[in-house]
Amino acid sequence: MNAIIQFASKLIRGQAAGSDAVHKFHGGVHPDGQKQQSTTLPIAKLAIPERLVLPLRQHVGYIPKIKVQVGERVLKGQMLAEAEGTLSAAIHAPTSGTVAAISEEIIPHPSGLPDMCITLTPDGQDEWTTLQPVDWRNTDKKTLVASLRSSGIVGLGGATFPTHIKVRADGKSSIHTLVINAAECEPYITCDDMLMRERADEIVQGMEIVKFLLGAESCIVGIEDNKPEATTAMAEACKALPDTSVKVVPTLYPSGDARRLIHLVLGIEIPHDKRSTDVGVQVFNVATVLAIYRYFVYGEPAVDRIVTMTGSVNMPQNFEVLFGTPLQTLIDTAGGAKAGTTHFIMGGPMMGFDLPTINVPITKAANCIIAATPDLFAPPPPAMPCIRCARCADACPVNLQPQELYWFSKSDDFEKARDYNLFDCIECGCCTYVCPSNIPLVQYYRYAKSEIIAVDKAKEAADLARERNEFRLARIEREKLERAQKHAERAASGKAEGAKSEEVKAAPEKSTAETPTAATTAGDAKKAAIAAAIERAKALKAAAQTGEMQKEPSAGTADTTDSSKPAQTEQTKEDPANAEQAKKDKQALIAAAIERAKAQKLAAAQAGITPKNVEDASPAVKAEISEIDTIREKAKQAVKAQNPDSEA
Amino acid sequence: MLTALYIMLGLALVLGITLGISALLFKVEGDPLVARIDAILPQTQCGQCGYPGCKPYAMAIAKGEADINQCPPGGDTGARALADLMGVEYKPLNAEHGLPKPKSVAFIDENTCIGCTLCIQACPVDAILGAAKHMHTIIASECTGCELCLAPCPVDCITMEPIGETPDNWKWKYPVIPIKAMPANGSLA
Repeated sequence: MNAIIQFASKLIRGQAAGSDAVHKFHGGVHPDGQKQQSTTLPIAKLAIPERLVLPLRQHVGYIPKIKVQVGERVLKGQMLAEAEGTLSAAIHAPTSGTVAAISEEIIPHPSGLPDMCITLTPDGQDEWTTLQPVDWRNTDKKTLVASLRSSGIVGLGGATFPTHIKVRADGKSSIHTLVINAAECEPYITCDDMLMRERADEIVQGMEIVKFLLGAESCIVGIEDNKPEATTAMAEACKALPDTSVKVVPTLYPSGDARRLIHLVLGIEIPHDKRSTDVGVQVFNVATVLAIYRYFVYGEPAVDRIVTMTGSVNMPQNFEVLFGTPLQTLIDTAGGAKAGTTHFIMGGPMMGFDLPTINVPITKAANCIIAATPDLFAPPPPAMPCIRCARCADACPVNLQPQELYWFSKSDDFEKARDYNLFDCIECGCCTYVCPSNIPLVQYYRYAKSEIIAVDKAKEAADLARERNEFRLARIEREKLERAQKHAERAASGKAEGAKSEEVKAAPEKSTAETPTAATTAGDAKKAAIAAAIERAKALKAAAQTGEMQKEPSAGTADTTDSSKPAQTEQTKEDPANAEQAKKDKQALIAAAIERAKAQKLAAAQAGITPKNVEDASPAVKAEISEIDTIREKAKQAVKAQNPDSEA
Repeated sequence: MLTALYIMLGLALVLGITLGISALLFKVEGDPLVARIDAILPQTQCGQCGYPGCKPYAMAIAKGEADINQCPPGGDTGARALADLMGVEYKPLNAEHGLPKPKSVAFIDENTCIGCTLCIQACPVDAILGAAKHMHTIIASECTGCELCLAPCPVDCITMEPIGETPDNWKWKYPVIPIKAMPANGSLA
């Protein structure tokens, strides 16, 4: 498979330079362009608003980590949140001012749910932080890519994929062709068109940087034929760059989709489970390329973008808008919304979504805002049953079977939908556009996709829980075994100690001095047991030597429990007074032990902690406990030592 | 006649030995059916089914001791999947074992926590962090919402917080055609 792709890409590389042929993709639709309204006026710069709300979720991937505090003064271009994890992008202050709040605000998302945002109160001075332009021609590529990570630049075509990931050399594939996406196929949107008309030179310089970063040999700009001014401007500017050409593609929605554009300009169809980089092609949006140019040459991070404000407004126009600008400010600058405006659409009419409220900020994804009226976008007529005409299949640019996907999604048969490659659907809306029964097909696919994703996430969580539970059970089993072993050892040494102490009482005058020293020198329980046995033997011998018992000199060496009993019976025979005393002592000891055990049980029941009970333990056990305590102390200190590090 | 008998005997012997060896060589550890049942169960480890965890319940189902409708966190879909796998008739969830609830995670009120470690011992997935006489906290991403930590807490400082909808876990809704209210006089516009 790989060999075929490589062969194909080599073939294409040979063709790419000369051929002007456009390779049409399957399907597609011709919606009414509606682009002329917003192209009459040049790009205008929007004034700094009174309040900027910057959502942390402005890109695909992980939420960045906040680096500022409420009340802090920040300069324009200062990093407010840092990229966290591989797939993430930084967020910068669009102008100088004070951080007013870090709180949950409504974000421009189809859910209409609030999310974490940084609110900035501009001071009006628009004071830049120290900018650090990079001499990219004489800098190592790795350093450049690493610095791009803190630029906050994401794909400005609407997908908002962090750009530094796209230029990262993963060592697997080499990029030979850079495709610049300037198709802008969706109706109403003109931000890329105006950008190319006005700033073609800067775009081409950005292309040179990206080409250098990727190590690409050639560069193709794909523009739809409904933008003749932009095409002329770009063709003129591209003369400055070798191996670069502008390719005009016919106006057909969705030619702006990366895979469709690659097919159009190069004739390569990328396998559905492969990426464009696998065939040596990488696609960048024009606005993204310009942002990269501004970042490297002027050191300016991503703080603004061009937004098309069109539809039912008095002066449709393109504006250079700071991220976080309230939508209301943009609408007001465009002359205000006309009467009868019901809602606002973010993105194009085909793939965009209705904004939940007007109180949302402009984000990195906002390429176009359309003020919608029922005249412009008539509410969809009620959906009729599917008549199996398969017009959707004819229109599908991804060669899917939309009608099958619809049936499976409608009946919650998600596994089947997945089998029919639901996740290859780009949600372009061509099927919905052509459906004679007015079925909201894409809505069904979105529903099925999010259900499948939720199930997959739940499955992942369940697998993690299973793993953790199994680990816990294994750990408990292991701890039980360890505890049993320790108990056995402790019991053995305890018995030895017990027997010894009794003997010590029987013959107190000789061995008391020797026992503790012998026991404390013994390191572990085994050694202690051996030492105790030796000690016992010595004590027995000593007792025998005092002359009070001569009959059993070697009884104690065989078994500890047996040894004490005969010794005592001997004693009762020999010396009744002494035996009486020993008996009393023993009873007192037993009573004390029972009392202790009861207290222990009570304490354990109350606190749920195993009590230490160190007062009456043998010296060997005490030594062990103190040893464990020192280890614990060390561990505590180690944790303390580590904690400040991890916090810093 | 004899040759045929010998051939059959020989074949039987060879095949028998091959089968015997392969039974030893390719021995399947554990019961594969248990693993498949366990894969369907939600791994909450809550014990609402009457067994101490999902695996024991899976083993009980495999043995035929337990019914397929005893797992409230698995819900109706879980019961259906189990019925499919076991080849038995689907049964609605047995209310005796509890009703399905929205997924939630435990939350420890850190001001009330006395650091007794009882909840740590009760947690089946080690999702509670803390030490004796130190405040405990829940690792929310690991919590299965089994509620097993609620009962042992002597100061009742643990509550179950339902997981709210965020842009992260938000799902597109099933497309519905809005029904418009007719004008009061009933005339069709």
